[in-house]
Amino acid sequence: MNFYAIRAIYKFEMARTFRTLMQSIASPVLSTSLYFIVFGTAIGSRMGDIDGVSYAAFIIPGLVMLSLLSESISNASFGIFFPKFSGTIYEVLSAPVSPFEIVAGYVGAAASKSILLGLLILLTARLFVDYTILHPIWMLVFLALTAVTFSLFGFIIGIWADDFQKLQVIPLMVITPLTFLGGAFYSINMLPDLWQTISLFNPVVYLVSGFRWAFYGVADVNIGLSLGMTGLFMLTCLATIGWIFRTGYRIRS
Amino acid sequence: MHSIIKVQDLGKTYDSGFTALNNISLEIKRGEIFALLGPNGAGKTTLISIICGIARATSGNVLADGFDIVLNYREAREKIGLVPQELTNDAFESVWSTVNFSRGLFGKAPDKAYIEKILRQLSLWDKRNAKMRELSGGMKRRVMIAKALSHEPDILFLDEPTAGVDVELRRDMWEMVRELRESGVTIILTTHYIEEAEEMADRIGVIRKGEIILVEEKSALMDKLGKKTLSIHLQCNLNAIPSELSAFNLTLDQEGSYLHFSYDSTESDRVAELLAQLNTLEIGIKDLNSSESSLEDIFVDLVKEA
Ligand SMILES: Nc1ncnc2c1ncn2[C@@H]1O[C@H](COP(=O)(O)OP(=O)(O)O)[C@@H](O)[C@H]1O
Ligand SMILES: [Mg+2]
Repeated sequence: MNFYAIRAIYKFEMARTFRTLMQSIASPVLSTSLYFIVFGTAIGSRMGDIDGVSYAAFIIPGLVMLSLLSESISNASFGIFFPKFSGTIYEVLSAPVSPFEIVAGYVGAAASKSILLGLLILLTARLFVDYTILHPIWMLVFLALTAVTFSLFGFIIGIWADDFQKLQVIPLMVITPLTFLGGAFYSINMLPDLWQTISLFNPVVYLVSGFRWAFYGVADVNIGLSLGMTGLFMLTCLATIGWIFRTGYRIRS
Repeated sequence: MHSIIKVQDLGKTYDSGFTALNNISLEIKRGEIFALLGPNGAGKTTLISIICGIARATSGNVLADGFDIVLNYREAREKIGLVPQELTNDAFESVWSTVNFSRGLFGKAPDKAYIEKILRQLSLWDKRNAKMRELSGGMKRRVMIAKALSHEPDILFLDEPTAGVDVELRRDMWEMVRELRESGVTIILTTHYIEEAEEMADRIGVIRKGEIILVEEKSALMDKLGKKTLSIHLQCNLNAIPSELSAFNLTLDQEGSYLHFSYDSTESDRVAELLAQLNTLEIGIKDLNSSESSLEDIFVDLVKEA
């Protein structure tokens, strides 16, 4: 195992984050805070509790997930897209590193960033909303699992994309709608039956539900199912990445 | 002792359907400087990219120090450093961090003293904290070399190292290549500057349209293919070449004041014969001048042959 290589890639990627601290950390924290103020405090005060949880507190897990998903994807996709775009990828390709080590470096860094960001958002939320975390360990497990899974997904997008537009299109056109419709702002039990069924095809539902369960002990779907679906998505991403390295798809001509 | 690089029946057809390499076989000897000479689009970069792991071969295989570049890619790649043709870099990284990054990537424990040594050798030490985007093109090229050397490779590939490089850097680079060879590093460079191959290489391979058409010791190549020309300045102009001289490969210039005798460098005794003949025919000689064709002429001849 080439640990030095993993560390080199990881450090390189983390340095990039801290160089762009405003963009990579401060701005998502700020924009999520705006949600807390508008939806949580202002509008939420006129809404009833959901499953015995105040609306302001109810939306916190969903909002953290929203940032976690979009930041994991954009960090990881940009991290591998940019060397491909600028040509510096030649060095990684010519180095004695295995696909696992490359992924560990890039995805590890992207996931670390997202986890850090998620925790910062939770801390910030404390300024506006009083909330509890019933199962802190499970909360961290879901946080880490989601960060890693969607960083893997971002890595795939970064390899697939051959221009900047493609890099943006999946997060914007697929992930954001899925997150908004994934129960971040409501319980899917509040939907008509048909839409409840349709929602079950949305993977984000399982993430938000599981994450919310870790906070308040209430969930839209079974907690085991949440874990299972997240794990399934992760395995799908891993298999896809395995295929990418086997075939050289868009990285080795 | 086996060759340090052994390329066997290597073929490469790009996804576009274009065949860039056609069953290439080539051996590089340990410790030599090998120049791969060929016109643009001949397949030089493709060959290097495959050996270094950036591109995949369609057929054939390559051994680097006995290790298969696909099956034993770790062992093979650890030994190889590459300075690519294109100048690519991370604009916001400092010289120091980007060179250390390379060393880590190739699996070597940090060694500040060693990195300092190569930065000093390449006159980069003063610039170690500069960001890549602040550097001139020549300086960036030096950093690329430092990155390639950061993990102490046994084999160094230089893909068109002096394309668009100023005279000073070119001289420094030649100097450095010689020092590296002294320390036992095998160097493979591609170029279409013939003078570079002529100045540096121990052996020369010529590649054209994805095929190696010749591999020779430089000196043998120049001997074997080198043509010499003897220019004879005549005392009196001639109207035509006398029939007595038809056994010699002669040309007469337009005014009839110069005879040019073209011969292979291996048959220099023909010169004496010609001069004796001229003497017999009482053709007076004002002056003599002999010139040797450069590697450039040889190369142009070679790649022109369709
Ligand atoms: N990724 C690619 N896809 C298709 N054709 C390519 C690709 N890269 C190079 N080629 C073609 O392969 C040939 C050899 O290119 P290259 O190895 O770069 O030549 P050289 O380095 O000798 O100038 C050229 O005709 C080039 O157009
Ligand atoms: Mg080239």
